[in-house]
Amino acid sequence: MPALLEATSLHAGYGETRVLHGIDFAVEQGGVTALLGANGAGKTTTLRAICGMVRTSGQIVLGGERIDGKATEDIVQRGVAHVPDGRGTFVELTVEENLRLGAYIRKDRAGVARDFERMFGYFPRLRERYRQQAGTLSGGEQQMLAIARALLLGPRLLLLDEPSFGLAPLIVQEIFAIMHRIREDEGVSILLVEQNASLALEIAEHAYLLETGRIVISGPADEISRDESIRRSYLGY
Amino acid sequence: MEGVLHQVLSGIASGGIYASVALALVMIYQATHHVNFAQGEMATLSTYIALTLIKAGLPYWIAFVATVIVSFILGMLIERILMRPMMDAPVLASVGVFIGLLLIINSSTGWMFDYMIKTFPTPFPGGPLLFSGYLSGHELGAFFVTLIVLIAVYLFFRHTKLGLAMRAAAFNPVSSRLVGVRVGWMLALGWGLAAAIGAVGGMMVAPIVYLDPNMMAGILLYAFAGALLGGIDNPLGAVLGGFAVGIIENLAGAYLVGTELKLTVALIIIVAVLVVKPSGLFGRTVLSRV
Repeated sequence: MPALLEATSLHAGYGETRVLHGIDFAVEQGGVTALLGANGAGKTTTLRAICGMVRTSGQIVLGGERIDGKATEDIVQRGVAHVPDGRGTFVELTVEENLRLGAYIRKDRAGVARDFERMFGYFPRLRERYRQQAGTLSGGEQQMLAIARALLLGPRLLLLDEPSFGLAPLIVQEIFAIMHRIREDEGVSILLVEQNASLALEIAEHAYLLETGRIVISGPADEISRDESIRRSYLGY
Repeated sequence: MEGVLHQVLSGIASGGIYASVALALVMIYQATHHVNFAQGEMATLSTYIALTLIKAGLPYWIAFVATVIVSFILGMLIERILMRPMMDAPVLASVGVFIGLLLIINSSTGWMFDYMIKTFPTPFPGGPLLFSGYLSGHELGAFFVTLIVLIAVYLFFRHTKLGLAMRAAAFNPVSSRLVGVRVGWMLALGWGLAAAIGAVGGMMVAPIVYLDPNMMAGILLYAFAGALLGGIDNPLGAVLGGFAVGIIENLAGAYLVGTELKLTVALIIIVAVLVVKPSGLFGRTVLSRV
């Protein structure tokens, strides 16, 4: 089966600063692909490049169709949901409105209503906070909200940018436990960016390791996590 | 006492017009964080369009609706053509465009429709003053028209998908794009709506203050005072602020400073709000945890 997303010699940057220097990677249909690396390696930029949020060159193909150079809104229309760096919560709006925006491009009311219920199954906390202003939620709750908002799009590809960022270890565990369930139940392909490599390798099938804008290692996640020299020199655990 | 009641009631009537112009200002402010100084002139132009249609023989309400639609389109065009290239420009550049727009619209309305002060018809019955002489039929009618507009706008933003998307685009454009909202079009729609609301304000105030190219200059100041008083980032606050300024202006004009200095009251309110409570009475501070 061909990969859902395939990037070939992808370059990206901000203005004069170039961040990605021609990387190749693929996200397989179903399951989780992890993108690891230190701060500043270009992980977030890679996700932004896929969504057309930064200037790129090279090729990005989603399900056989080139999406590089397209507007963010058009890429989203093709089923790419992005939980951005910093969670992207609409802090002024309520939890309900945040979720409704997640389903903004969908026309199937009944399906959306069912998906709302499914999200409350994953994240019961969101039902309790339904009418609350989203900015008053805790960091963990905002992360849950961001994931639910992205899933409500009904995506083919889910881009997750550091879901563990700034959260207490217990909350991180809770969120990753739910992500294991989502991975089993949703049939969505996930590209996961994480600094917490051990957590990411546990949930992923395949992993790429970025270093200053280049991919230095790629392979099955369990092989990478078993390889002590990689762990020591790149992943730091 | 009767006099006070009269002043309050007519303050509410003119306050409604300030409220709608204030709402138009807030709408563009929320989306772009700029105050559209040309909002008043845009409304004046709309009012001239209405007058032209009425003189051409169209019934009032058809001319009214047509004017609202034309103004909506003009507002969208201004955003698409003039403001779009200014997206990433510094604030002063946008302010320059607003002021340029103000001057251009002001002098072209003067050039097209001349500077003579004109009467503008009202669709509401004149006859004897209502409420034992407190309000004219037009004032009461204008009050209800403004109220309907304000409620419609409120319902649109609270209860429709498009309204939600417009609010989202104003608050957080990046996240809005990521859920598929076309942010550029939301801005254009915001300009269209603001122009349409301003047009209603212009048509409602013209029978009271008469129509000339500078008709809205003072009203824009009152509206700005109202928006600031209520909180320039809060539509409901701006509306309430608009009504409050209307009442204050009338009472002050009657009992404190006389009609010649009424406009000064607006300026005093602006300065006072900026000094004492810059976020306005209802400008909420958004809570955010990280």
